[in-house]
Formats: sequence, C-alpha cells, structure tokens
Amino acid sequence: MSDKKVTLTIDDREIEANEGEKLLWVALENGIYIPNLCAIKGRNRPHAGCRLCFVEVEGRDRPVTSCTLPVTEGMVVKTRTPAVDRLVATAFELLLSDHNLNCKECPANRSCELQKIAKERKLKLKLTKLKPLEREVPFDDSPETFFFDRSRCVLCARCVFIDQEVVEVGALGFSRRGLERMVSTFQDIPLSESPCTECGQCVEACPVGALIFKKGAKKEPGGEEQGGNNGEASGSGR
Amino acid sequence: MSTVSVSESYAELKSAAEEKYNALQDTPVIMVGTASCGKAAGADKVKEAFEEEIRAKGLDARVVEVGCMGHCYAEPLAVVSKPGFPGLCYANLDEGFVKRLVDDFLINDDPCYEYAMVALEPNEVFPTFSDFPRGVYEHKIVLEHCGFIDPGDIDQYIVEGGYEALSRALEMTPEEVMEEINESGLRGRGGAGFPAAEKWEVAREAPGDVKYIIANGDEGDPGAFMDRGILESNPHLVLEGLIISAYAIGAQEAYFYIRAEYPQAVERTREAIRQAKEKGLVGPSILGSDYDLDVKIFQGSGAFICGESSALVKSMEGHMGMPEQRPPRLSISGYRGKPTVVNNVKTLGYVPHILRKGAEWFRGIGNPDSPGTVVFALVGKVNNTGLVEVPMGTTLRQLIYDVGEGIPGDKQFKAVQIGGPSGGCLPESALDIPIDFDSLREAGAMMGSGGLVVLDEDDCMVSVAHFFLDFTQKESCGKCTFCRLGTKHMLDILERITRGEEEDLKVLDHLQELAEDVRAGSLCNLGRTAPNPILTTLRYFRDEYEAHITERCCPARMCPDLITFYIEPPKCSKLCSVCVGSCPTEAIYTREDGLKAIDQEKCVKCNNCYLTCPPEYLAVVKLSPPELLEEKEGKSS
Repeated sequence: MSDKKVTLTIDDREIEANEGEKLLWVALENGIYIPNLCAIKGRNRPHAGCRLCFVEVEGRDRPVTSCTLPVTEGMVVKTRTPAVDRLVATAFELLLSDHNLNCKECPANRSCELQKIAKERKLKLKLTKLKPLEREVPFDDSPETFFFDRSRCVLCARCVFIDQEVVEVGALGFSRRGLERMVSTFQDIPLSESPCTECGQCVEACPVGALIFKKGAKKEPGGEEQGGNNGEASGSGR
Repeated sequence: MSTVSVSESYAELKSAAEEKYNALQDTPVIMVGTASCGKAAGADKVKEAFEEEIRAKGLDARVVEVGCMGHCYAEPLAVVSKPGFPGLCYANLDEGFVKRLVDDFLINDDPCYEYAMVALEPNEVFPTFSDFPRGVYEHKIVLEHCGFIDPGDIDQYIVEGGYEALSRALEMTPEEVMEEINESGLRGRGGAGFPAAEKWEVAREAPGDVKYIIANGDEGDPGAFMDRGILESNPHLVLEGLIISAYAIGAQEAYFYIRAEYPQAVERTREAIRQAKEKGLVGPSILGSDYDLDVKIFQGSGAFICGESSALVKSMEGHMGMPEQRPPRLSISGYRGKPTVVNNVKTLGYVPHILRKGAEWFRGIGNPDSPGTVVFALVGKVNNTGLVEVPMGTTLRQLIYDVGEGIPGDKQFKAVQIGGPSGGCLPESALDIPIDFDSLREAGAMMGSGGLVVLDEDDCMVSVAHFFLDFTQKESCGKCTFCRLGTKHMLDILERITRGEEEDLKVLDHLQELAEDVRAGSLCNLGRTAPNPILTTLRYFRDEYEAHITERCCPARMCPDLITFYIEPPKCSKLCSVCVGSCPTEAIYTREDGLKAIDQEKCVKCNNCYLTCPPEYLAVVKLSPPELLEEKEGKSS
C-alpha cells in the first residue's frame, strides 16, 4: 500500500483513501456499512470466504467482494444494488441454513454479527427458501475458560487466523472438506489436550456464538502482548 | 558455453538414436497398448502371452509396451510390425488369439488379415487409420505418436523428431520463443482458454530470479482421461514442452503435478525425466547451452479442486488444497511466493510442435480465435469410445456421429455433457455448433479440460445433473459459503425431484436462482462452474424436470422412486425363466399359467430382469409414474 491518496465515490459520497487499501476498510472507516464476517484488517491475503461483502463497481459487469478490492482513483462504488442485495441475501440464508438459529439461548444474542447484518440489511433471521441442513457437529467444552459450539460456527476462519498468525499457538486449523469442513484441532483432540493456551484471543475474534467464554471465567491476560504484533488484526469493523 | 553448439549436440543425440533403431529394423516388433485403457481390458495378459509364445517358439522378436492410440473401445490392441509387411493392428486380443498370431504371422507369414483392424502405413492390401470415417475428421498433433512409440524409450521419441524443438528453442532467445507461441495464438487447454503466451509474459516480466513452471496433470473430472493418456503414452512430448516453456519464462525449476491415482502416468513420466537427464536434456547446461533446469514430479493426493491452479500451488506448498483469491495472479506470486506458470499437460504438448512447424502452421488449423486442435475423452453412449483429437471448429455432430460412429443400439441421442462437472449438457439442437472456447461458453457449456459424455434416451437429465453436482459438492473444499452450502442445497433439491418429493413447479425457479447465485458468488471456478449442469439441463430439458414434479414421471425411466417394473403377460413366455434367476430378492414368481410376475413388495428395482429378459420377448417394462401399474394390472386381470 502506498501513501498516495486517491479519491473514490461510495454511494454518491466522495471519499479520500490510501491507494491500494481494500475497499471494505475504506467504507467501514467512513461509516458506510458493508456486511462481513471473515475480513480481518492487516491480513496479507483476504480470506474471502464468507461472500457477504459484495458491492458493485462501475465498469465491472458483476458484483465483487470489497474485502479483496484495492481502491483506485476515480472508482465509483455502490453498496446497494439489486444484484448485490440478491447475492448477500442468498449468502446470508445459506449461512443461516447451517447455523443453530436458537438465538434466544445463544450467549452471543445481541452481540452476534449475523444479527447485525440482518438488522442493517433488513434480512430475516430465519429460513425463507431453504430447508435447514440440521447436521450433527461436535461440541467441545473441554477448555476451562470457553467452549466451542460448532453448531453456530460460520467458518469465517477468524479464530484460525488469530491462533496461527497472530498469537502463533497453532491449536486451531481446518479439517475435512466441503460441507464437512470444520475448525478443529490436530486429529480432532479436545482443545484442552491441544497446544491451546486459552489466551482467549480466538474467542474475542469470533463474530458469532461459536466460541464463547464460560460464565465467570476470567479471560487470561497471556495473549494480550502477543496480540499486538499484527497491529490492526482484531479490527472487525464493528 | 561449450565449444559444441546446441544443434550439434542434438544432431549427435539423434544420430545415436537412429543408429540404435536402424540396427533393430530387421527384428519383428510387437507393440502392446498398455496405457490404463489397455490394462483395464487385459493388456498385461496379452503382453505376457506374446512374450511367452515368442520365448517358447524361440523367435527373435521384440515385445514393447506402448500407450493409447485412442481406440479405447477396441482394447486390448497390439501392433505387429514384421519386415516385409505393413505394420498391422489387431483389436480385442486375448491369449488364444495371440498364439495364433505368433504361429500364423510371425512364423508362417500369414498376417490373418481377416482379423486385423487397420494398417499403420499406406499399402496395397489393407486400409489405414486415414481410411476410417474418423480418420477424415481427426487431426492428431498432441496425440500424434501416442500408442505408436515406446513411452519408456527416449531414443524412439528422438528418432521421430523429438527434442528438435528444444534444440531450436535454445538457439533462440527466450523472447523469440515467447513471440513464436504468441504468434501461434495457443490458448491454454486447462479449460478457461487463456492465451498461453500472455501468462508466460507476465511471469517472465515479473521481478525476481526464481521462477517456476508447473505442468498440471491433476485431471480429475469423471469420464476424462486425456492428460493421463498423454502422460502414459508420450511423456517426452510434455517434458519437452515443459523445458521449452521453462526456458521462455526463465524458470530454473519445473514440476509435473500428477495425481497419485495415476501411478502409471507418474512412473512413465519419472522414467522420461530420468532418461532426459541422462542425455543432458534436463539438468545443468541443457544440450551444451548455458541454460540449467531441474524437473521434478509432485504427486497430488487426488482432490478435484487441486486442478485449480491456486489450490494446486497451495497443495504443493504443503497446505490444504484450497483456492486463493486472485489477484495477485500466480504468474506474479505463486509457488513459494515466486512467479509461477501453471500450464495444462496438453497446452505444453503443443509447444514443441509449434516450434518445429511454426506459428503459421498452427494458426492454419482450427478457428482463427481458437487455433489448433482439441483433445477429447469421448465416452458414454457412443460406439467408438476413446481419445480423439479434432481441429477446433469441428461440430459436436461430426465428433459424435462421424468420429464416434454414433449411438449404440439404435437409441435416440439426447444430450452431450461436455466439460466435465463444470460443463453443461447440450441438446440435439446444439449439435451443429462448432467446438471452440467461445461457442461452447455461449451455449452454456464449456470446453473444460475435455471430457465428453454422450447421453441417450435412457438417461434422465435430472439424474445426470444430480450425478455431476454430487461430484462437485463432494469435491468442494468448503472454504466459501456459496460453494460449500449452495451446492449442498441444490443437490438436496435435485434429490427431492428425482424422488418425486417436490410437487410445486416453483421449486425450479428457486433452483435456477440458487444456481445463478452460486455461479455469481463463489470464490473460485469450481463453485462458479458447479451450477452449469443444472443451468443447462434447466435450459434445454425443463420438460423433464416438470414431468418429475407434476406427473411424478421420469420420462427416461431411470429414477428408481418414480418407476415400477412390470412383466407384460402377452409378451412373456412360459418357456423362459431367466428373469426369475436374475432377481436378487426373489420378487419374481411364476404364475399359475406359467408366465412370470413381480411381487412389488419385494422388488428393489435393481434393473436385472429388465436387462436379462431375452430380446425375443422384451416382456419386462418400466412404468413411470408407478401408478400406471394399477391400470396395467386392471387390464390384464
């Protein structure tokens, strides 16, 4: 990224930004909301897996993900178009179809990023077209300070990135593929038997109610200093 | 630089190879096709039988393993070349026939013409491949020597002009090589049809001294075996193309990425690299030039997604094979973060030919926008299955009816599935569109890597879409929302349709929308193309979907939940009980009048009775919707 400034237009607003900065961050930092789950500022290569941050850019024939798009001089962006709204609605409902929708009993109720997206985009927090997938997924409450409820995981990979690249513990990773893909430990051992130090950073990074501190459990201070080595890595745009 | 020039070094290699082959000319040689297609048909036994017989009779003849000559339907195949006779090819061989060939032909000079399939060289007694109907349409470039030379002997490749293009390239500057390929208009054969030279140029211009080139042999589509066939039949061609391309982009390391499930392709490629090293064609100062290149093999562990180049590179780095958002393009930052070119095996196979015969020659074949030929694995309901190579612009009709000689059993053509699980199903009305990258895309299919499955009236298009989507759904890496979950939901909908569980036509609009969104929203091309089988079948065969939903009827009578088996009493015979024996659940019983009938409670719809009922009766019929049974039974009783 260079220090050069560029001027672009997002939803008819002229905005100045550093050339090469990803559009998603430019919009969020200027108070323009774009739905996102997997984006982490400072990440070298965006994960680009949640497929929620679509926008339309003049000159491109189809919506693009804003987390992967570097801003350029004169760029004209619309965050809401019929095509964008349709893709976001579909991606959102797809995620919900594989998500435990019992929000009332979810510890993340009201702080959940899915709820925020629903509110911002006026999307329903229930399935309208799709049938729920209702899969059995393992639940891990072995750590002392938090539990991991995979039925609420959206596979945004934020916890894995924090664990591997920021605190550099390496307890978490992905296993299996396709629908079976999940965040897991090496050989699926319980987190308490893994190298996990319970630094709590992954829990903080979880945008939904999949990684949740246990009631009364104090967050370990251990991860704090290490957490700084990627500077802005915890910014979620919330 | 050494004192001997590149062309002199090559001339030396060539004359040594020629000398070796001239010395062998008076010995009869038997070439047995032992590529995977041959082996599957029993080529190993045929080869052993030849060796055994020759040893037993004390003859002086060589038995050589070759690759696939494209006529897979006729395997096991062998070519017998005896001095004084044209090289003759025999099809569907077995051990008994081998004995006869050795006795009659090798010992007694009777070539058993009545059993020969084709002669290799023009002669006065027997037709050659060019006299075949498909010979008129076929134009072999990449497949030219496949099945006719020993893939395990570099000298034979050299005798046929192999590595001459490399020696030429090394006497040109890398820029000149690139220019030649650019002029030729060669487009990548991996599926998308990206101009090959453009990719090279980006990598060549990219900063840094360390660059890589990778031959992508991770072919994983169901029904496709082109890359496998080429690597098994003529690995030196691809190796030569790889070396030339590496020279053009300035790479010092080149890789073959071959899936481990292709052991023979891996083995033959490994041997080819070893022999090339021995001859100074790989390694330090190739052919005495100042260009060094190391070539290695990387074995993929068999994931369809690893054919996608960014996932391929990830898996080579030891990570999970998952695609990455691009840009940056691999040609800027690829393997180990260095500029990397990933080319399909077939793309590289054209490179030596272009350098030898010139860009203009290549441009003269095929279409102006898609020059050259295209290699297909022609499979499904077609008489001549096998590897075929035709000029771009050939129509699907020519390919299926002239090269493939049509549909077996006088069945009606229904569709052709082109481009594997990422491709689409095209109907009869699309048969006259020319095969090239752009025309196929317009029709909703894509070239893909070149799998081509012919479907006839007995194939249910909803089931076909289900089959391909089931594959992509299982092969999805799971990284992005649309592909991980979207393919699963589409598959579930198709499943419900084939079971007759969907009753509202609105589901088709929903399916269409979902398919369009998965296409528009997925991260990589696996997800973006996964809906193609659905979108094309919905576009061209919507009536079949509708029949499943509104009438609970599978028009092709293929979906087990929507059919019932029934034995027509007027056609059934008291004298036959083949169906009774074929039924695994004893659902078929003999009625008091001696005719047969099916106990529907016990029937598992395995199709055995349908297949075994002798052609003179054809009494077993499939009814769809299943409710038709009551009508039939009402009439007959």
